[in-house]
Amino acid sequence: MIIKAANKIRSSEITSEDVFLKRRELLQAAGLALGATTAAMLPGAGIAASGDGPEGQKLDGVTAWADSTSEKQTPWAQATSYNNFYELGTDKTDPQKNASRLITEPWSVEVNGECAKPGKYTLEDILKPHALEERVYRLRCVEAWSMVIPWVGFPLSDLLKRFEPNGNARYVQFQTLHDPQRLPGQQYPVLQWPYVEGLRMDEAMHPLTLMAAGMYGRVLPNQSGAPLRLVVPWKYGFKSIKSIVRISFTETQPDTSWNLSAPREYGFYSNVNPTVSHPRWSQAKERRLDGDGKGLAALFAEKQETQMFNGYAEEVAGLYSDLDLTKNF
Amino acid sequence: MNSSGKITAVAHQTSSLRLSIWLKPVVFLMCLLPLLFNVTGLFQGKLGANPVEAILHDFGLWSLRLLLITLCVTPLQMQLRWGAVAKLRGMLGLFAFFYALLHFTVWLVLDQQLSFSSALADVIEKKYITIGMLALTGLLLLALTSNRWSVRRLGVRWKALHRIIYPLAVLTIIHYLWQVRANDVLEPAAYLVALLVLLIWRFIRMIKH
Repeated sequence: MIIKAANKIRSSEITSEDVFLKRRELLQAAGLALGATTAAMLPGAGIAASGDGPEGQKLDGVTAWADSTSEKQTPWAQATSYNNFYELGTDKTDPQKNASRLITEPWSVEVNGECAKPGKYTLEDILKPHALEERVYRLRCVEAWSMVIPWVGFPLSDLLKRFEPNGNARYVQFQTLHDPQRLPGQQYPVLQWPYVEGLRMDEAMHPLTLMAAGMYGRVLPNQSGAPLRLVVPWKYGFKSIKSIVRISFTETQPDTSWNLSAPREYGFYSNVNPTVSHPRWSQAKERRLDGDGKGLAALFAEKQETQMFNGYAEEVAGLYSDLDLTKNF
Repeated sequence: MNSSGKITAVAHQTSSLRLSIWLKPVVFLMCLLPLLFNVTGLFQGKLGANPVEAILHDFGLWSLRLLLITLCVTPLQMQLRWGAVAKLRGMLGLFAFFYALLHFTVWLVLDQQLSFSSALADVIEKKYITIGMLALTGLLLLALTSNRWSVRRLGVRWKALHRIIYPLAVLTIIHYLWQVRANDVLEPAAYLVALLVLLIWRFIRMIKH
């Protein structure tokens, strides 16, 4: 009930965190022991009340996917303040700080290449026919950390089928928005801009591959790749390209940004694989980021073994049965 | 030197003497601030989602920064004729080693979680870690010989030994550069430029004298 009410509050009416924290200090100073419920009843506290709960427009009519992992989810505050989105800065905390630069309205996606229905589709065109599903996936970064994120989206295959790819379409490439004003990280030649990623057609059509428009029941925050991003849970995180503006069906294997940057380190496939070591990070273990990052417990939390295909081997191993994964890393 | 020159020199000496009394303890406390900020940040939850990585990187960065600051001492002393600052050199160098040791300890205990086999594999396989270990070993050698007894014992060889601080700084910057992703080299490049400037200053002095 409280959440519903909060949803109607416009962002302009939400108490800023600074003000809220000051108020909290004041209340504490007055010796008032206020529980979360009481705090939520304070006028104007709204959804900013917790200070780190999910924010943004709530998505309606989302159904729960049956195969979601029941592992502990990464708190919203951590999932939205520790991001690799170099277009918004190379420090993990930069994307959140620069998030407001990325204006996502209006948004359209260009579809081209080997398909019967190329063209420019508005975000609404893209989203309208699809029922939204919540899927809790593990996210494994090549930097040997991982999170558990409740995404909201729909199977990529449902979207791609609408464009009627033809027999020549063996791969699909995706491109992030290229706009150094809205994505100020693109003012620096850290990578070749725009960011591009790609999948083999059978990977793209796999039922686990998700086109996400939201997370934690809300629309995607900008630092997480609003308004439309890919989620490929059995591959390292950088394959899950953010803020997509172009989808191209191609006959030959498309360029991918990290492979262009360092081909020895990042292959086209980039499947999560604990047995293939990366030149920078051993991939045998991962640090699961599912706490609040506070206190000694956060320092001494034990790392866990990384699973083949990030634990999705049963579903996807068949895609690679004829491939040497050491060479095709 | 005429008499007024002598007076200025004496006045200069007393003022720098007074300066040196508070200079060392103040700089000592300042050098502890990065450690303090990491500890308080951890308990306030301000180190982000991955505090181990945050602490690891910060200690490493401060070791490098302090190493470069240490190398600034002699030029400052010579150019500004500020004798008191020389007393900081040893302490700053030891702090550079202190943060390198903390950086190493965080890596071994919190990142590798005391798995010596995986730590050893990383030292051998990952070149940037090999270089880092080499730099740490060099700093350890300098730290162990940074006492009066060693200075007396080693005589002229002491100075030669402690000049390896320059190659150690180079190794430390390479250790940093080799783990930068993509072309995000702005910060390590800045340190490299700073080191080059210090080396050029040394070189010019060497030619002049």
